Amino acid sequence: MNDRSSQRLLVMYILIGSLVVALFGRLYYLQIAAGPKYQQAALDNQSRDIVTPAVRGMILDDRGVPLAVNRTGLVVTVDNVALGKQADGGKAVLTRLAKILNSDYKTLWTKTQLCGAKGSPKIGCWNGSPYQPIPVTKAAASEAALQIIEHAEQFPGIAAKPEGFRTYPADGGVNAAHILGYLGPVSNEDLQSTSTRSVGLHPTDLVGKAGLEYQYDQYLRGQSGVRRVVVDRTGAVTRTLQDTLPLSGNHLVTSIDSKLQTVVEEQLAAAIARARAGAPGDKRGARKADAGAAIVMDVTSGRIMAMASWPTYNPNIWLEGLSFKQASDLFSEAEGVPALSRAIQGQLAPASTFKVVSLSAAAKAGYDFNAKYNCPASLKIGNRVFTNYESKGAGLISMRTAIALSCDTVWYQIAYDQWVKDGGLSPKRNLNDFFFKAAKGFGFGKQTGVDLPSESSGRLANREWKQSWYEANKNFFCNYETKAIPAQQTPLLIAIAKENCVDGAKIRAGDAVNFAIGQGDTTATPMQMIQMYAAIANGGTIMKPTIGRAILDNKGKIIKEILPQSVGKLPLDKPTLAFMQDALQAVVTEGTARYPFTDFPVAVSAKTGTGEVFGKNLDGSEKDTTSWLVSYAPSEKPKYAVLMMVSQGGTGSLTSGPSVRKIYESIFGVTGSKVDPLRSLFPSGPPSVIPKLTTDGRVLPPMKLKSTAKNGG
Amino acid sequence: MSSYTTSARLSRGFKKSIDRGGFVRQLDLVLLGAVALLLIIGSLLVSASTRDWYDSQGLDPHFYLKRHLLNIVIGIFLAAMTAAVDYRLLRAYTPVLWGLAVIGLIAVLIPGVGETINGARAWIALPGGFSVQPAEFAKLAIIVGMAMVLAEKRDGEKDPRNIDVLQALGVAALPVLLIFVQPDVGTILIVCCSVVAIIAVSGAPARWIAGLLMFAVLGGVAAVQFNILQDYQLKRLQSFINPQADPQESGYQLQQARITIGSGGFLGKGLYKGPQSNGRFVPEQQTDFIFTVAGEELGFVGSSGIIALFAVLLWRAGRLARRTTDLFGRLVVSGVMAWFAFQFFENVGMALGLMPMTGVPLPFLSYGGTSMFATLMAVGLLQNVHARRSWN
Repeated sequence: MNDRSSQRLLVMYILIGSLVVALFGRLYYLQIAAGPKYQQAALDNQSRDIVTPAVRGMILDDRGVPLAVNRTGLVVTVDNVALGKQADGGKAVLTRLAKILNSDYKTLWTKTQLCGAKGSPKIGCWNGSPYQPIPVTKAAASEAALQIIEHAEQFPGIAAKPEGFRTYPADGGVNAAHILGYLGPVSNEDLQSTSTRSVGLHPTDLVGKAGLEYQYDQYLRGQSGVRRVVVDRTGAVTRTLQDTLPLSGNHLVTSIDSKLQTVVEEQLAAAIARARAGAPGDKRGARKADAGAAIVMDVTSGRIMAMASWPTYNPNIWLEGLSFKQASDLFSEAEGVPALSRAIQGQLAPASTFKVVSLSAAAKAGYDFNAKYNCPASLKIGNRVFTNYESKGAGLISMRTAIALSCDTVWYQIAYDQWVKDGGLSPKRNLNDFFFKAAKGFGFGKQTGVDLPSESSGRLANREWKQSWYEANKNFFCNYETKAIPAQQTPLLIAIAKENCVDGAKIRAGDAVNFAIGQGDTTATPMQMIQMYAAIANGGTIMKPTIGRAILDNKGKIIKEILPQSVGKLPLDKPTLAFMQDALQAVVTEGTARYPFTDFPVAVSAKTGTGEVFGKNLDGSEKDTTSWLVSYAPSEKPKYAVLMMVSQGGTGSLTSGPSVRKIYESIFGVTGSKVDPLRSLFPSGPPSVIPKLTTDGRVLPPMKLKSTAKNGG
Repeated sequence: MSSYTTSARLSRGFKKSIDRGGFVRQLDLVLLGAVALLLIIGSLLVSASTRDWYDSQGLDPHFYLKRHLLNIVIGIFLAAMTAAVDYRLLRAYTPVLWGLAVIGLIAVLIPGVGETINGARAWIALPGGFSVQPAEFAKLAIIVGMAMVLAEKRDGEKDPRNIDVLQALGVAALPVLLIFVQPDVGTILIVCCSVVAIIAVSGAPARWIAGLLMFAVLGGVAAVQFNILQDYQLKRLQSFINPQADPQESGYQLQQARITIGSGGFLGKGLYKGPQSNGRFVPEQQTDFIFTVAGEELGFVGSSGIIALFAVLLWRAGRLARRTTDLFGRLVVSGVMAWFAFQFFENVGMALGLMPMTGVPLPFLSYGGTSMFATLMAVGLLQNVHARRSWN
């Protein structure tokens, strides 16, 4: 045989040998090196989890009235696997289904598409397991459900059965949307997160997305039941590996009183309506009144008894899945951003309600509160004139009267003098900064720690803040004429920009003066303000506001009690506090809050505020003033603090005052100028007992809502 | 000649070889042993991949096993006949075999006669649920035909002339063209390997080998460029490059194949006990993807045993090719060796994700009659050459 032939046979041999080696190598890689990975992949392949959602715990008010419950509705589900077996991919079936559900094919199709699959819609898609029947409605009419069940042959893969879903029953008309929050499908980030919040989550679970539903989700959620089955390629179940039953969630008892909450919501809406109509006595007439908040707090424990935000929305809109319009309306500025909880997220200049801070600062600075102070209509600081609200002077008055009448010019003088003492534009080394320090001590710029998510911290415009603000904006001010839009190129604004470019980092006389009356760059949330006033009322202890009261298991046993928690002390001594309490009472008896509390039989202490806001509305009008009224009562032995704020609502007294009075009328059972304890919501003070549940989870005793002392707006 | 005389002469030849007493002893028993083990393992795997499934459908759980064993019996009979007949006599019948193969390949293209399975019109349905794949027999006809053309013209002293090579290529060209029309890319690739191997071993000038390889590359490029490949073939190629590209179809198959094999681990899940195989996650697991069942149920130990058995088989074939002095025998053995090697590599490589998806069965293991017959007849050819070789 010739050599060439043998050589080529040898080449063939080598080629074949290398092919065999390649196969060995690859086999080794797949089965040994990557074996564990493929063993896991095979398990994922063969097993499917069928998740039975747990019954979510209820949210109850302080008497056991349910605020959030689970109702049973007729749920219609679509099984994608069965639909896929239809010749047309299920289009005809979905079209038929859409007709009896009063929906349309496109909507149902969207709901049944797997999120992340190729060509599936991004919004409204199903992000659970493809083997889980997908709910398309949770509130089908019983006729529709019957039609599906009776004509099963027309609806392959469609099922209708009763199932639990979350609902907010709004007993007695309570809304509480911003307190309760809402549920939504668990997100991929949640599922992948390793935080304790994400333990035990399944892709089909619903989790709290806002409010108490979010804050106490781990307690309320329970644990879904999982049946892990082995399936073959067609998805048919061949065997069950594991079957755990769902574990019901725990119940959350809150300190919210649904009757009081209803009154507070009504009164907030009434205040908005009053401002929009032009509050009686308001010379300026109709106000824009675009938003508002109201809070009632137990001053000794810090428990929130009611909390309302306006505009609001119906918490049950989440039930069916939001329509696109509903979702965008919630965050639309034209609609007033109803999703925003003004009580904890609204950040506004505190205006004259800040003067308790100034009082504390002045005490530290050594001012004698028994002396007389001059209250002119205006005061010239440097080359700027600072006026009293509505430019009224009161002459030589006591400090008590200065607070009662809310005289600004007294504070201009004190703040200016202190600013000069601290070195003015060239700050000394050892600064007193009485005002900044007092504000910090009261809690400005710091979250209250209320048990709700996404709380704002407001802003304490002290020296550090000013420095960072300057660094962030220096470039803009120093190049104002090239960077600002033409509309902002007015001589005044250009002059301000020039000034800011040079010494924008410094606290100027104007800043110090504005700071003392709660204007300028300092802002606070209503929750921060009520926390401070509750502390004044209870003798100086700053309490952490809480809404959660206790966690009960589904048999009614208390498994966790949320106790009052002190987070600090107000920075003032006993005489100053006593003076402050007396002055706040004077605000009602002889000062700016006298009008709304005329002939009120319970002694109320309060402070009004009318915050000036710079800037323009969407329609081009100048922003109107913020109406504040912060109060507590009874003055001699305070139990409740009540706050109302109406943004662009006019004055504290005229707009918020009458509504705050109505809230107190409900709390104390006041009709006209008489107290009737039988009509009081809390005849023996704020509730201190946690309501009981029967062993089967019902509330004891069954609470019937009798009509409360509603007196209209 | 009549069929009577043919069979009479065959049986006479068979008898003679036993009479001489030397024939059986001159068989390559190592090669036979490897084939026998592969056949046994294959039967177990065919049973493992179908038993539970057929049982759950309320059908005869041993339906596939019974048919597979019948195929093996028929195949062994055909192999024995192929081995017994003097291969020099085979030369005389080669044109007939070739002609029958071409007729069969034409017949599958006739609507009503040919049956389309998995996109290729490659089957002729026979009564009783059996079907025949003429392309499998065409492999045999091409190998023997080319060997005849290249060996007959000379005494093995001189290298083949260009005209010989051209004639040999002509023998392959018509069946290949007919298989291309089906189209059955997997079989074409295997035949091309055999063709190149035979031409190379025949001692033809290197430019022929280089030319053929270049032709294959150009042909492949042209097939993609001018949309000659069918949609499903393109998808198979794409999912080979990116298994996630088409997870529902061929990509799914390849991914599942890898998962099934990978999950077998070192020792495997045990015969009949593979959850992936019993769940039938890999389609065609009793035919083209039978190696996945081996991977899962027999593990690394069992599957590398199968690869080792093939290595033994190829080693024995190579040894035979090297040692035989007869050019015809050597070319036949080279052709068969290239066929087995490439089909084995193509099939196992596909299951392991090394090769794109082409529908070729695993010789000796996959369920399927025609493939079993053709591969066993090829083994018969090897034994024939072995028994009648003239050693160097």
